[in-house]
Amino acid sequence: MSGNEAVARAAWEAGVRVAAAYPGTPSTEILEALAGYPDLYAEWSVNEKVSLEVAIGASMMGSRALCAMKHVGLNVASDALMTLTLTGTAGGLVIAVADDVGMSSSQNEQDSRYWGRFAHVPILEPADAQEAHAMTRLAFELSETFATPVLLRLTSRICHVKGVVSTGARVAHEPAGFVKDPQRWVMVPGHARQRIPLMLAREEQLRAAAEASELNLVDDGRDRRFGFVTSGPAYLHVREAFPDAPILKLGFSCPLPIARVQAFAATVDTLVVVEESEPLLELELRAAGLALVGKELLPRSGELTPEVLERALAPLTGAEVAPPVVERTPITGGVFPRPPTLCVACPHLGVYFSLSRLKKLVITGDIGCYTLGAGHPWNALDSTVCMGASLPMALGADKGRGPADADKRMVAVLGDSTFMHMGMQGLLDITYNRGNVTVLLLDNRTVGMTGGQENPGSGRDLYGNAAPRVDFARLAVALGVPAERVHVVDPYELPTLFKLLREETRTDGPSIIITNQPCVLTDHYQRRVALKVDPDKCTGCSNCLDVGCPAISVTRRETVVKASGKEKELNFVTIETAACTGCNLCQKTCAPDAIVAAAERCQ
Amino acid sequence: MSEAHVTNILVVGIGGQGVMTAAEILAEAALAEGYDVKKTEVAGMAQRGGMVTSHVRFGERVLSPSIAPGTADILVGFEVAEALRWIHYLRPAGVAMVNTLQLAPPVVSVGLFDYPDDPVGKIRAAGVELHAFDAGEIARGLGDMRLVNTVMLGAIADHLPFPAEHLRERILERFRARKPALVPVNEQAFDAGRAAA
Repeated sequence: MSGNEAVARAAWEAGVRVAAAYPGTPSTEILEALAGYPDLYAEWSVNEKVSLEVAIGASMMGSRALCAMKHVGLNVASDALMTLTLTGTAGGLVIAVADDVGMSSSQNEQDSRYWGRFAHVPILEPADAQEAHAMTRLAFELSETFATPVLLRLTSRICHVKGVVSTGARVAHEPAGFVKDPQRWVMVPGHARQRIPLMLAREEQLRAAAEASELNLVDDGRDRRFGFVTSGPAYLHVREAFPDAPILKLGFSCPLPIARVQAFAATVDTLVVVEESEPLLELELRAAGLALVGKELLPRSGELTPEVLERALAPLTGAEVAPPVVERTPITGGVFPRPPTLCVACPHLGVYFSLSRLKKLVITGDIGCYTLGAGHPWNALDSTVCMGASLPMALGADKGRGPADADKRMVAVLGDSTFMHMGMQGLLDITYNRGNVTVLLLDNRTVGMTGGQENPGSGRDLYGNAAPRVDFARLAVALGVPAERVHVVDPYELPTLFKLLREETRTDGPSIIITNQPCVLTDHYQRRVALKVDPDKCTGCSNCLDVGCPAISVTRRETVVKASGKEKELNFVTIETAACTGCNLCQKTCAPDAIVAAAERCQ
Repeated sequence: MSEAHVTNILVVGIGGQGVMTAAEILAEAALAEGYDVKKTEVAGMAQRGGMVTSHVRFGERVLSPSIAPGTADILVGFEVAEALRWIHYLRPAGVAMVNTLQLAPPVVSVGLFDYPDDPVGKIRAAGVELHAFDAGEIARGLGDMRLVNTVMLGAIADHLPFPAEHLRERILERFRARKPALVPVNEQAFDAGRAAA
């Protein structure tokens, strides 16, 4: 099973009663897997802060609770975390946080281990799926022994790596029951002041526990020239790259068991600290007076594979390292890039086709599939920062513009789930402060980028059961958008969408255009008759290519000289009928009617 | 260490082609043979037509889940330019099993980049044991492009350290459990891939 599935399994075994999360790569599958287990409640929350607060409530009742999130999710949840560390927990509370080391699907690369130091809470760092299972179970014990939340730090290489995992049986955990204790749960200054010394004392107890913990172990080796201190998946990479070296593997890495490291350091000639992302262990160990080798040789970002380690440490080990293989085979340099793109028939295609044809727009974007609108052929997105940022940034751009931008129109683009996660407050800020922003709310009834999870806009819960469905048009009105400026449109109706966009961006004041067609990858979507190109009618005008549908490709290029003397490139196209789902968007851009229904349909 | 006994298979292609499923089936088959197995992929936004690479490693004991460049025993390329892109991951004389199907992304369609000329020839020039055939055509002939997945698994079945029949059985078992109606056509796809390679 994968690391995510192992965490879910272990949480169920540990008797978890409540689990909550907002989807985020690479952590999403933890909750999806938990939904398959009986005897617990699991939910998609609207954002990570909410998910952690749900878990805190369950813990306060004496139940075991798990919440899961990606690294940037913990930024959102950190407001709750930084006070939770003062109240402490009643039932065991574990926060599984998954760092996207190497950034396969994130806007930044962060090291969540900082939060352990910042919040004075312990961190467990598994190296693979089996350890993720074992440490999840231990994390609940640790949480209850010390009445503290515990961070389980995962990375993409744990979450999505499948390995062999041996599992255990479920141990029922009865909630201890709510104990009224305002000194502890009501964090007014007078109470919080009393909790701080308790938190700091707890940290020292945890350090003693880390010093004695079996999770911190020496994996010995006979070549004592170099000894490695490492944690998480980096351990596996070190073991593979340096099979004969002694390794101190820190599974319980925060608070840092300094005495353990000192004792280990005394047994080797040179201490090397290998950690992915930031030099946290390294800085603490240097501050404790240890001589070591670390980030002066090792990379500060990206994954530390065995190959990366061998290469980076070659100046130290004196190893002969072959030059990178990529350079030895220059043929690979000749392959075009293949960036992710919007799907065939994606309901966002028409939106970006329209935006790319309107001038003088500043388009602030958000986190989701529609971030891809920044790419070719549309180039119709000017910013992406974090969840919900499109709306306040558009307001700030409106208020902060100088004379040079007097004729610009501000457009904010975001999806349904992002809107509910952190976008609603931004819209309220726009209406309250009378901003001139046109909001494009792309409601595809799912959390698309993470693989199609349910949300309050999909009408279904985590289990797939019917749930109340939010009405975005009424919500927009409630948040202060004038009713006559709230529009719900079919994004495949290209002329209507385009005219509306042009009209609304030309008018002052806030407005919102809500698209209403589902993601093509969900079961809400219904295919229609596929299309093909009649090659005798195609004039090579290239309009359909501007839609950006991956089912359309160029068969032949030709440069012609127009009557005016200007050169024009013609692109004659074809449609991969087996991929086409008949959304008819490209047909609406084709003046010579060369795009027609295909006689036969592939599945 | 165990390194010498680890079999490394890199499966590459484009999001939506079934690369990850193929890797999953290979991993399951290796697990059933009693190996320690690790499988990992780089596919953040893979559903969106981006490139996908899936690493399958199995042996007595597998540590790192990632295959290092120059160490893959088998490269399974679901699309020919993708096979070319990752060919440097193969060890010298490793097996490249390549679907000659060409899929051009939008950046090629709009003319920003060119699709490489003679990608098969370029792969051959890398000094590997190349098997190239049009798995797309076989799948189309059987009526469903999604069968490329099973065709490619059939194609590498005779290059694995365990019997081809075991892999075949693993695939069919999967379909029996999920979509029994598709068992016969997957049988044909597997056998056709095995014959074509």
